This record gives sequence, C-alpha cells and structure tokens, in this order.
Amino acid sequence: MKIKMTNSTKPLLALPLEQSTWKFLISEMKPKGKFLTPFNLISIPIMVIGLVLIIIRFWKGIGAITNLTQDTPWGLWIGFDVVTGVAFAGGAYVLTFMVYVLNLKEYHSIVRVTVLNGFLAYLFYAGALLLDLGRPWHVINPVIGNSFGTSSVLFLVAWHFLLYMLAELIEFSPAIAEWLGARRAHKILSSMTIAAVIFGITLSILHQSGLGALFLMAKGKIHPLWYSEFIPVMFMISSIFAGLSMVILEGSISHKVFSNQISKKNHEAHHGIIHGLSKICAATMFAYLFLQVLVFIHEQHWALLNTPMGYWYLLEMIGFVLIPMVLFVVSYRKFNSTLTKVAAILTMLGVILNRLNVTVIGFKWEMAIRYIPSWMEFSVTLAVIFTEIWIFRWVINRMPVLRDSPSWASETTKINP
Amino acid sequence: MGLQRRSFLKLLGVTGITLAIGENMVAATVPENDPEFNGILFDATRCKGCRGCEFDCAEAHNLPEPPKNKDIAAVRKTDETCNTVVNTYKTEKGELFIKRQCMHCNEPACAAACLTKAMRKSKTGPVTWDGDKCMGCRYCMVSCPFDSPKFEYHSANPKIQKCDLCAERMKTEDSPACAYNCPNEALLYGKRRDLIKEARRRIYEKPDVYIDHIYGEHEAGGTSWLYLSPVPFEQLGMNTTLQQSSYPELTKGFLYSVPSVFVLVPTLLLGIHQATKNNHLNEDKDDK
Repeated sequence: MKIKMTNSTKPLLALPLEQSTWKFLISEMKPKGKFLTPFNLISIPIMVIGLVLIIIRFWKGIGAITNLTQDTPWGLWIGFDVVTGVAFAGGAYVLTFMVYVLNLKEYHSIVRVTVLNGFLAYLFYAGALLLDLGRPWHVINPVIGNSFGTSSVLFLVAWHFLLYMLAELIEFSPAIAEWLGARRAHKILSSMTIAAVIFGITLSILHQSGLGALFLMAKGKIHPLWYSEFIPVMFMISSIFAGLSMVILEGSISHKVFSNQISKKNHEAHHGIIHGLSKICAATMFAYLFLQVLVFIHEQHWALLNTPMGYWYLLEMIGFVLIPMVLFVVSYRKFNSTLTKVAAILTMLGVILNRLNVTVIGFKWEMAIRYIPSWMEFSVTLAVIFTEIWIFRWVINRMPVLRDSPSWASETTKINP
Repeated sequence: MGLQRRSFLKLLGVTGITLAIGENMVAATVPENDPEFNGILFDATRCKGCRGCEFDCAEAHNLPEPPKNKDIAAVRKTDETCNTVVNTYKTEKGELFIKRQCMHCNEPACAAACLTKAMRKSKTGPVTWDGDKCMGCRYCMVSCPFDSPKFEYHSANPKIQKCDLCAERMKTEDSPACAYNCPNEALLYGKRRDLIKEARRRIYEKPDVYIDHIYGEHEAGGTSWLYLSPVPFEQLGMNTTLQQSSYPELTKGFLYSVPSVFVLVPTLLLGIHQATKNNHLNEDKDDK
C-alpha cells in the first residue's frame, strides 16, 4: 500500500548519529511560521499573567488568589479545569474504542489528533490540580506507596490519571517515532497500541465515573436535583458525548487552522466522520437524558422544580441536553455539518454547566455567601488552556498527527494501517 | 485463524496486570471489631457558656487566643485558628449553649476520603491529621458531613486544623484539655460505651429535663462526641438531616465494582477486537 505525502514539511531522516539527533531536536524547538499572529498576541500576555499569579499562589498560599473558603474547598480549578476538562478529554477513549476495538477504519484519520488532545488535556488540566493542592510536594505519597489510601475514590482517580496518561502516551508514541525517524522503536511501540488501548478504555470508564463518585460522600451538601447515587454513571455516559463534541469542534477548527497539513482524502472524509459522530452523540445523549429523567422521577423531586434551582436544572436538561440532542438527530438526517457543530457547542456548554452544577454551583447552594471565582482563578485557568494549545500546535507542526505518516511507517507495522 | 502464541501472551499479560492492579483498588475501611473508642459527652443542661474550653483548647494546641468579648448573638464556626467554639441559641427553654468541634466519627468520611491516609481514626477514638502525608487536596473537607476539617488558605505551607481530642496531650494526661478544665462538668470524657450508658441514665432519671435523643449515637454511623439536650437538636443548630449509616458507606458500592470492571472490561474488549479484526480481513479479501 502506498501513502502519498501531500506536503512534507521536513526531510524524513533516518538519523544515524546521536549528535545529529540532538541538532535536529534543537532545531525543532524553534518556533515555526509567523510569530506575531492575533492568537499569539492574545495568549502570551494571559500566559505571563497566569505565571505571575501561580508564583504568588505558591508564595502566599491558595487564599491569596482564589476565593475558596472553609465551606467551599473546591472551586473553579477543580470543577472546571479537572472535572470538566477530563470529561472533554473523553473523546480519546471513545475513538480508540471505535477504531482499534471495533475496527471502524473510517475514523482512523482523526485518532492521533484526538489521542494527542486527550493526552495534553490530562497533562494540563489534571496538572492544574497541582496548583490546587495545598501541599503539592506530597503529591508523590499515594504513588510511592508509603501511604496507600485505598479506601479513597480520589486514590483511584489519581492512579488512573497517571496510568491513563501513560497509556495515551503509548498510543501516541508511534507519531513521535515517525517524527524522529526511529524505525525500530516505531515497530515496537506500534505493537503495544492495542494493549494500551484496552487498558486505557478500562481506566477511562473507571475514572470518568470516579470523578462523579468523588462527590457521593458530599450527600446533603449538593443540591438534591444533582445529587443521586447515579452520579458516577451519569459522569461516565456524559463523558462519551462530551468527548465526541470536543472531537467535532476541535476537528473543525484544526481543519481550518492546519488545513495545509491534511491530505485531500482526509479533508473529504471529514464530513463523513462528523456525520457519524453526530449519530453517536445523539444516541448517548438519549440514554443520558433517559437516565436523568428516571432518577428525577424515582427521587420524587417534583416540588423542587418550582424553585430557582429547579429552573436552573430545567435549563440544563432541556436547553443543553434535549435541544442539542434533537439538533444532532436533525443534522444527521440532513447531512448538515454546520448544525452538528452548533449542537456540539451546545452540548459542551451543557457539560460545563452540569459539572459546575455538581461541583460548585449546587455545592452548599443554601449558603448566604456564595463562592464566586476570583478573576485570578479565571486568569490562571485561561493561561493553562492557552499553554495547552501552544504545545498542541507545536506538536501538530512537527509530528505526523494530522498529516499522513511517512511511507516507511506502514511497512513496519500491520496494526497501524 | 486460531489464537496465536503472541496474542495469547498479550491477553495473558493484560489480564495479569489488571488483576494485579485491580487488587489494589479494593475498598477498605475495615471497621474495628467491636471498637472501644474514647469520647466526650456534652450536656447542654450543664453548660453555662463560659467559653473556658475555647481558651484551654487554644492553649493546648498553640493557637491564637479566642476573642474575649462574648459575642452572644453571633453563631460562630470553627476555623483554621480555633478548633472549638461555644455558641448561644435562644430556644423554647431559654438561652442554651452548645460546644462545637470535630465529632470524631466511628467511621470518618474524611479518613475514607484521604488518599494518603493522612486523616486516620486511631484505635482509641481521635481522628488525627498527619502533615507528613497530607497533600492538601481538601477532599476531607468536601466529604465531612460536619465540615470539621479547616484549611489554612493563607499559608505557603498550609495545615489542616481541627479538634484531635488532644492526641498529643493524652500522652501525658488522662483527659483532653476542654473536658479536664470544664468547671460545670458539662463535658465528660470516657469510653464511648460508658458515656452512652451515662447519657441513658441521665435521660431515664430526668425524662422531663432531657429529650430522648443522644446526638452522635447513630448520626453519621456514630461519633465519639455525644450530645444531650433539653430541646430538639435543630434548635441548637445541629444538623439533624444526617444519615444514620456511615458516610464511607456511600462510596463502597462504587469501589467494590472496580475489581470486576478491571477484569471484565478488558476481556470483553479483547474479545470484540479479535472478532472484528477477522471480519475486516474477510472484507478485504472480498474486495480483492
């Protein structure tokens, strides 16, 4: 099988000498393309401010830049960066399931970029957890084994984050090998893909639901419309369409921004991919909505609907679950990818809303003085997101993520066609 | 196509790893067999609201001295600078005082939540915090039904503060500072079992004085601190909506499901992978 290289931005060297590898790596560190772009001009100041705020945080304590209190110990950094960020990173396990387990080859062209996105999301958003830890120098404690808190859901989530990042790195590693021209490593790493995928999917099922299970002990603190023993199941199911909506949105942006990297064949296939994903989103959202309604009826919360929190709940369920679900169905029927993107954005807003409702907005909802994140918390969150996008762009511009693999890659492995 | 040696070994490896890791994840808050915890019985009919215990507590824990002017109206909460507060409530039986602090649950949510075992229920009753293990995630604060653990937000080396039943002091003394110094005998330190007996005796002897409820006997699965009151506990600002079973119970179902998921899901996925891989080979042949 021959794969045409539509545009090779760099020579594909099989670097024989160690010295030239270093030279190659150093040359790759330098930025490519124009530096003064609108994106850079916006993101650089925000990242600098974020860095300053992080220094203040480690110098003066968490209270110096956040509005967290004794009553709301977890705020925006946990509720959005970690809990919501990980839900959006769910696309990686869903897509690897479709491509490597179900062998749905038509989605193969977007697997790498999705896994890269997932890996970076975990690295940065779960990494943002370090900022929120009061004593981050002890973060190693549950890993090195001098104190295994095995009864803790957070222990499970922490281990799974770590192991899943490793699994995603293995899944992505063939791209790194292709970038470095390491043929032998490529062969070994590619043969590990399926094991990493299966391990990764299992880890994902457990920690996506585990993030919800974290809040099971906060019974009585979370508004009853959002608290039920089914939070873990809800988090798990919603991570499927949260992740896929992210894939749809990120895919459409990448296809514009990095369009010169994508082969003509893959450009044409993209419509079909989005079309297929919209169907999966609609189906999983239906299951999710069904479960939500079931829990709502079972818990007999009718009286709560006619309260401000009740209207908020209805807005989430109707405005950001039911409506995007219908939009996904309509867009699937009409082959309308613009409508799919609208539905994906609405779905993502709904997932943000849901995660924040469980972790922040619905948490201690009766308190007279509510927690509202400070501008500095928002600023650090934005800085984290922008840094992730910078790294993402750096990798895309260098490794064969969106563009096709070099022709030698398909010869060394059968698994990665 | 049969099962090849390589793929068999792969399968074996994945299953082995998952089994090994799955074992780690088994939920465990092993309850002590017939635990003999120590605790303190607070009697709201005896407390005169002198707040002496607040000062003794601050002294015993090297915390700043509590405010001197008695702020009767305000209901205060414990925070990172004070482990206990005495609040005043206007009730149907007049002005009553109640001392608040960590309840030292029999099966503490904070200890089950802690991923480094920094929060620990010791064999004699106190729930204590270990700064050498804690990573400052504050999951204990999210989980605690009484909101007892407090965090030093304005420190670069923050600690969790809460009542520890004078764990340090108990190495040399035989009762915690507050119970030792209480001039009105509103606080009684002893074995939890004996305290419950004593509380029952007081209720039995003066049924018109006390309500027939020992707060902490069953709340959140039972606590080391026990409360007696002449009025329903809502009137003293106590949370009476807590569940009777322990809070770690709530996550047990999830944690117990982990090992099965870890064994069943990879097996299922490998099976599907093998099945669909063959389908594709056949399709490819058909195409040609």
